[in-house]
Amino acid sequence: MNDKPEHFIIDGKRLDGRNLDELRPIKIEMSPLDRADGSCYLEWGNNKIMAAVYGPRELHPRHRQNMTRSVVQYRYNMASFSVDERIRPGPSRRSVEISKVSREAFEPVVFTKFFPRTAIDVFIEVLQADAGTRTAGINAASLALADAGIPMRGLVSACAVGKVDGRIVLDLMKEEDNYGEADMPVAMIAGGRITLLQMDGRLTTEEFYEALKLAKTGCDKVYELQRQALLEKYGGEHPVDAEDVSLEGDTDEQ
Amino acid sequence: MSNDVMAEIQRDYLFNLVLKGERADGRAFDEFREMSIETNVIGAAEGSALVKLGDTQVLVGIKTQPGEPFPDTPDVGVIITNAELIPMASPEFEAGPPREGAIEIARVVDRGIRESKSIDLKKLCITEGEKVWIIFIDIHVLNNGGNIIDAASAGSIAALLTATLPAARYDLGEDSQIPMRDIPIAVTAIEFGGELLLDPSLDEEQIAGTSLTVITNTDGSISGMQKSGAEPLTVDQVIRVVDMAKTAAAEIRKKFLEV
Repeated sequence: MNDKPEHFIIDGKRLDGRNLDELRPIKIEMSPLDRADGSCYLEWGNNKIMAAVYGPRELHPRHRQNMTRSVVQYRYNMASFSVDERIRPGPSRRSVEISKVSREAFEPVVFTKFFPRTAIDVFIEVLQADAGTRTAGINAASLALADAGIPMRGLVSACAVGKVDGRIVLDLMKEEDNYGEADMPVAMIAGGRITLLQMDGRLTTEEFYEALKLAKTGCDKVYELQRQALLEKYGGEHPVDAEDVSLEGDTDEQ
Repeated sequence: MSNDVMAEIQRDYLFNLVLKGERADGRAFDEFREMSIETNVIGAAEGSALVKLGDTQVLVGIKTQPGEPFPDTPDVGVIITNAELIPMASPEFEAGPPREGAIEIARVVDRGIRESKSIDLKKLCITEGEKVWIIFIDIHVLNNGGNIIDAASAGSIAALLTATLPAARYDLGEDSQIPMRDIPIAVTAIEFGGELLLDPSLDEEQIAGTSLTVITNTDGSISGMQKSGAEPLTVDQVIRVVDMAKTAAAEIRKKFLEV
């Protein structure tokens, strides 16, 4: 069972016809869930991701409460039917790791000091997986948090970059992820600060620099789509410019 | 709560040192603690290494056995990496199944070994589709003095380099070495007070917001990266860590030529 394509890039186009620096189509639907305090449904290529946010709400068990801030909890979960071969339900080592780094992608962004002793729960369900689910989850979570009215320093935007056929490309699709030479998911706050960075594969230092630059371009594009989705839902009376939101001069977290 | 107070005092102390360009143990920012590697410490294991990195002690054992390959990769061997943060190693560790910290350590070490292709997995195939060598890398943390991940990564590679495949035991021919092609080295930096410090001690690790682990190979290429922790990093900081990691890894790799 080896369906590795001979070439990933033909005449400058990828298997699905994209350019090297092109994202797959992204579709965002705000607040699809009624019970959650905030929610977002996001399609990215063939990824179908549902994100829900509950909170700030009381954190149980109580000994886990923090007297000075809210505790962000993040659960990334793949539905057993989300991939070709059924996966066993429940947390796997992979999903535990993804939940951890995704949570850490948001911790610098959420104003946790506003809500001592509470929990902010983020739930991600991958309903259909097609490479890049953790970054898709983060993009959806970002909007669900905003939808729940959680104060944040800005939106977190994420995308993956990778290497196929010796070239650095944006937003790996499934075949590229499975058989490519490197995969590097990145999440950024508007303005370019990195809140998630992972890499596996093999890259030279020069290729890594190029990948990081391309990731920034990708995150910027995602950010624009997220911003539009929020403006569509909540109107544009007081649009905030990304450049105004920065971590500088904001000392409450220290 | 008392921990939080201590952490605040510790943070102020270390922060003031960093402003002066110093660290509590007198190291330069890009300097590792003394690392010692002792191999073949466990006779029952096919390969083993005890790594001491400052106060940190990590014991890695390799066990190998023939088993079934994964259906989608019938002609290559299998690597399974596990890390245990046993309660002996720190008052903060608790018994029980691995939590996210231990899982992250195991997965990052695994990624470095796997993605660098340092083990020639094709050579671990015994009968295609039926039997391949399964290599278990088990990381046992004995004392947490900070930066477990770099010690665990170095220990895993050292143990692999000295491990045998016990073919004779299974009537599969003569014993041989695990086919190794590269020496990936993990180097971790923390960001603190705007500065980047390699090989964080326990105190440094606890006050830092964020760490970045970079795994580099002999040819200078990067085969794994993991940011961990709840503070952002700038692009410039990431690039600086990669440069520092390459230099430090080359230095550590020299130790392995003695192994």
